[in-house]
Amino acid sequence: MRHLLELESVPAAELANMLDTAESMAEILRRPIKRVPTLRGKTLLLLFFEASTRTRHSFELACKVLGADSLALSAATSSTTKGESLLDTGRTAEALGVDGVVVRHSSSGAPQLLARHLRLSVINAGDGTHEHPTQGLLDLFSVRARKGRIAGLRVCIVGDVLHSRVARSAVHGFTRLGADVVLSGPPALLPPRGDGWPVELEPDLDRALDGADVVMVLRIQKERQEGGMFPSIAEYRARWGIDAARLARAKPDAVLMHPGPVNEGVELAPELMTAPPSLIAAQVAAGVAVRMAVLYLLLGGVGG
Amino acid sequence: MPLIEKTRIMDADTLSRTLRRMAHEIVERNGGTDGLWLVGIRRRGVPLAQRLAGFIAEFEGVRLPIGTLDITLYRDDLTLKADHPQVQKTEIPGDLTGKRIVLVDDVLYTGRTSRAALDALMDLGRPAIIQLAVLVDRGHRELPIRADYVGKNVPTSKREVIEVRLREIDGQDEVMIMENGGENGGEEAGER
Repeated sequence: MRHLLELESVPAAELANMLDTAESMAEILRRPIKRVPTLRGKTLLLLFFEASTRTRHSFELACKVLGADSLALSAATSSTTKGESLLDTGRTAEALGVDGVVVRHSSSGAPQLLARHLRLSVINAGDGTHEHPTQGLLDLFSVRARKGRIAGLRVCIVGDVLHSRVARSAVHGFTRLGADVVLSGPPALLPPRGDGWPVELEPDLDRALDGADVVMVLRIQKERQEGGMFPSIAEYRARWGIDAARLARAKPDAVLMHPGPVNEGVELAPELMTAPPSLIAAQVAAGVAVRMAVLYLLLGGVGG
Repeated sequence: MPLIEKTRIMDADTLSRTLRRMAHEIVERNGGTDGLWLVGIRRRGVPLAQRLAGFIAEFEGVRLPIGTLDITLYRDDLTLKADHPQVQKTEIPGDLTGKRIVLVDDVLYTGRTSRAALDALMDLGRPAIIQLAVLVDRGHRELPIRADYVGKNVPTSKREVIEVRLREIDGQDEVMIMENGGENGGEEAGER
């Protein structure tokens, strides 16, 4: 594997290998000295054309723990403001001798473009409304750590699925590993006919939550509301917001997830964020281990 | 490349007697079992450490703590390998600072695995002493490393491969000398 661009095309065995590797990486993070020399001498360029705190910092931390160097390029201060194209930036990185690029971009397909034209490894850290594969992996990792398995679980994803790269990666990851996925949210924000994915569509959240082992709440992007995709925040909260009463419709041992940052009181009641079913903190912690695994698998050898 | 079986240098009984002798040596050299831990290097060092601990429990009545070390992340040949070795978990039963650690492995060859294991251990704490126990020492060291406890010294050529088979992993106990058909009898086969 040379790139990680999406989960859609990753076979189940490879997904499982990534999660197993991440478990070994999690052990390193529990040590007093969180450092191994595995990627010593490797350099990773973090290319973020969109805001990010969790993803970018966890990639930086993953690099440090594995002994690699990271170089952050934020779009506002670089030549991109002078009109340098994505590909130019990528070629510059290659000329600088960088071994891999982590890229977040508002255009779907930006990482694919880099991967097609550059020799270095490309990791997608979120591209437009397409995918956010390392988020998908950390979601799988967090659920597997708590539940002991993925296969056979019922996963309810609620919110703006249509525009969510987090949801897309989750759908592909969970279904590939044998979970049943049901999507819920305002009908205009669900993919028409489920996009051909092996999922159920159930706009009625109470019905969608019935028997769920995992409840994944998506962030409501307020700019969508201005686009007239749903009537009002109040109506959204009433019909698709998750609070304790709603959560009680899922299984008693159901877990709650959210990719962050949370719009408190809109898609999720604030008191649930730190409640026992919440995996939100575990998700952030898993991010580092999962990204270490990806870096190791992509940069650790000469490449498959 | 196919490996051809050449000689069996240990059968199940010899292997068992050898480990029992090594267990006695470990306790004798350390003046007892106080603060003594066994740490097996994945993969075959792990069942070997368990068996050594079993013998020590028989004659000392003390069950030594056992750790498991995966050295993949410390290898010096990662960038030379086409495929990624699977990273397995390292499991150490507590803080090893001040402990007497006996590293256990099946074959000592170039010494590179032991070097990686030493680095891995140092990152986990500061043991009082680290010793090395191997079932077979086949020579051809590339680093200044020696074992404190050796089951059997086996002079080999670089074309040969020592294969330690253990019932926990391979279904039977024996040690074979295998011969590599071609010229590349290198360290990958010897330190699998």
